[in-house]
Amino acid sequence: MKNMKPRLKVREQEAVERNNNFLEVALGYSLEEAKQEALRCIQCKNPRCVQACPVRVKIPEFIKLLLEDALDESFETIYDDNILPSICGRVCPQESQCEGACILGIKAEPVNIGALERFVGDYGMDKDLADKPVPASNGIKVAVVGSGPAGLANAASLRRKGYDVTIFEALHDYGGVLKYGIPDFRLPKDIVTNEIDNLKKMGVTFVKNAVIGKSITIDQLKEEGYESIFIGSGAGLPSSLGIPGENLSGVYFANEFLTRVNLMKARAVPDSLTPVKLGDNVAVVGGGNVAMDAARTAKRLGAKNVFILYRRDRKSLPARLDEIHHAEEEGIDLRLLQNPVELTGEDRIVKQVKVEIMKLGEPDSSGRQRPLPTGKYKTYDIDNIIISIGQKPNPIIKDNTAGLDTQPWGGIITDEYQMTSVEGVFAGGDVVTGAATVILAMGAGKDAAHHMDEYLKNKHARTS
Amino acid sequence: MYKIVDKKSYNQDVDWMLVEAPLVARNAKPGHFVILRVDVDGERIPLTIAGIDGNNVEIIYQKMGYSTKLLGEKNVGDTIEDFVGPLGQAAHIRDKKHVIGVAGGVGSAPLLPQLRAYKEQGAKVSVILGGRTKDYVILKKEYEAFCDHVHITTDDGSAGQKGFVTDALNPLLESDDTIDHVIAIGPVIMMKFVTEMAKKHDRSIDVSLNPIMIDGTGMCGNCRVTIDDKTYFACIDGPDFPGEHVDFDELMSRQNFYKDEEHACKLRLKKQ
Repeated sequence: MKNMKPRLKVREQEAVERNNNFLEVALGYSLEEAKQEALRCIQCKNPRCVQACPVRVKIPEFIKLLLEDALDESFETIYDDNILPSICGRVCPQESQCEGACILGIKAEPVNIGALERFVGDYGMDKDLADKPVPASNGIKVAVVGSGPAGLANAASLRRKGYDVTIFEALHDYGGVLKYGIPDFRLPKDIVTNEIDNLKKMGVTFVKNAVIGKSITIDQLKEEGYESIFIGSGAGLPSSLGIPGENLSGVYFANEFLTRVNLMKARAVPDSLTPVKLGDNVAVVGGGNVAMDAARTAKRLGAKNVFILYRRDRKSLPARLDEIHHAEEEGIDLRLLQNPVELTGEDRIVKQVKVEIMKLGEPDSSGRQRPLPTGKYKTYDIDNIIISIGQKPNPIIKDNTAGLDTQPWGGIITDEYQMTSVEGVFAGGDVVTGAATVILAMGAGKDAAHHMDEYLKNKHARTS
Repeated sequence: MYKIVDKKSYNQDVDWMLVEAPLVARNAKPGHFVILRVDVDGERIPLTIAGIDGNNVEIIYQKMGYSTKLLGEKNVGDTIEDFVGPLGQAAHIRDKKHVIGVAGGVGSAPLLPQLRAYKEQGAKVSVILGGRTKDYVILKKEYEAFCDHVHITTDDGSAGQKGFVTDALNPLLESDDTIDHVIAIGPVIMMKFVTEMAKKHDRSIDVSLNPIMIDGTGMCGNCRVTIDDKTYFACIDGPDFPGEHVDFDELMSRQNFYKDEEHACKLRLKKQ
C-alpha cells in the first residue's frame, strides 16, 4: 500500500459563506474525482465493508463498475440493496459502518465510500435509473405506517415482491425525519422528494394526513383487508431534561425548532407563516446529529453565539465526525463536560442556563466513561435553548392498539421475525430500537419486508 | 384536498364550515380536534371538531389571524389543502348530575358536543354563552334545543345580562346546589377566572386548552402545559384537562410568545 494516494477530500462550501445559506455543505465528487477515489479500493475478496453495512450494499462491486465507466450498472448494484443511495451517501455514519470496517483504515484512511455512493446515487437520480418495471400486483394488500426511512424501505421491498402497498403518513408531507428533521444543508429536500417519487412510480400508494391509531386504528386497517401491517412510525416524542424552567418561552425541543425550519419552512419573519423566534445567544443541549443540526441551523438563522452543552467528553459525542467538524468550522462552540441543571427567565422568557461542570468516571453500560458531578457550576446568558437529548417512540399507536406489547420506555416489542405481539403486525426502525440512524431504520424496514413476505406466503399456503 | 360541502356565517368574524374528510369523521368523538392547512404554504392550525355528519366534519372558526381569514375566503366547492384528525383525547364525560357549561365567544363550538353528551347520559345541563355583543353569542338556538337553561351575557348588554360570564356564573353556583360540575371553554383568561370561581364554590371543572401547536401528534412539544407541576402535551394528553391545577399564567405567556409575528402576518394580509 506504499503507493496509495491519500483519501480525496470532498469539495465543500466555505464556512463563512455557508453560514449564511441553507445550501448543501458538501459539494460531492466530480466523475474524475470519484474515479480517483474509487482507485483506492483494493477489492477485498471478503469485503468487511459489506458486512458492516446494515443493508449489505455490494460496495466493492459498485466501485469496480464505477471505475469501468459502467455507471448505470453501478447504480443498479447499489439500488438493489439500498433504495435511497443519494440520501445514505449523505447522512449515514460511514465512520462507524462501512468506512469504519475498511481495511485501508488500519494503516491509512478508509475509502470514502459515502461520497462514492452519493456520486453514483445522484447520477442514477439525474438519469432516472430507478424507474424500472416492477411485478404486477398480486392482489394482497399490505399497509405501512410512516413514510420515514423504515417505511420507505419496507414499502419498496414489498412492492418489488408484488404486494399492493399503501403508506400512511401522519403529516402533510412524506419522508418523516428526512423532511422534518434533517436540514437542507445536509440533505436537500428535493432529493427526498425525488426518492419518494420513485416509490410512487413503482406503484406504492401514499396517503397523507392519516394518523394511525386515530384516523384509522390498526384493527380497522385489518378490517379493510390489509393482510399485514408494518409499523415504522419512528421516534418522534422529544425527551425532556427534567430540570426547572423547561417550560419557559424561548425553550425549544429540537423537534419543534427543526420542524419549524424544515417542514414549515420558517426563515425570516415575517415572510414565513410558521416563523421561529431566535435571539443572539443560543445554547443547544446534546451531542448527537440532531444537536449539530439544530446548532448549525440556529447559526444560519442569524444567531451570533451558538454553543453546544454536552455532559460527556469529545470522544463520546455520538454525532457523525463530519458534522462535528462542520459545526466547529462554522463557529459553533463545544462546551464539553457541562450538564444543564436549571433554566431561569424574566417575564417567563428564558434568560440563563446554569450548568454543572462534570468529570469522567468509570465506563458505563454504553462503554463510554460515565459523567460525574463535581459540585461546581457556571451560568450562561442565553436568549434560547434547544433541547436535543433524544427522542422516544410516539405513544399514539401503542395507546390505541389492544394487545400491542411495548417496552417501559415506549418501544414496540418484536420477536426474531420482527412481528409484534399482534399477529400480522410487524415493526422496525426507531419505534423498536429507540432513536438511531436512517440506515439502521432502512435495514429494519427491508428485513421486515422479507419476514412479512414469508408470513403472507405461509398464510396463503394454509388457506389455499 | 378536502372539499368544503357547506358554509355559513354567524357574524362578520365567525363562520361555520362543513368539510368532507372521511378519515377524520370515522373515529371522531366530542373533544377531538383537527389540524388544517388552508393552502400549500399554509401554517398548521388546530380547530376543535364541532360535529360530525356522515363523512363530513363541522368546524367553527373566528377570523382573527392570517390563516383563519384565508380560510374564511374559501367557499362551498373550494378545497382545503390538509385536514387531519381526529387528534387529542376525546372529552372525558364524567358521572355528574347537573353540568353547567361556560363558553366565551367561539368556545361555544367545542362545548356543544360535550354538553350534548352529558345530556344524553341523563345529566341536567345548563349553559352560559358569553360574547362581546349580541352577534358574538353563537349557537344559541342549538343549545336551546337541549339545555335546561341557557344564560346569555354580553360585554355591552346588547343581549342577555350585561357583563362577563363569571357575573352570571357566580350567583348560579351560590344558589343552585345541584350543579356538581363546570366546563369552561374560551379565552385562557376567561377559563382562569371561571376555574377560580369553581374552586371557590367547591365544584369540579374541566377546561379545554389551546396552546400553540405545530404537528398536533406529540412531536414538537410546543403545546406543553403544566398541571400540578407536571408537564403534559395538550395535543396528545388533552386538549381537555381538569382545570383546578392548570398553570394558566404559563399558558398565556407561551401563547403570547409569537404575538409580534402574528401581528406581522396580519399586516401582510392587509397589504394584499
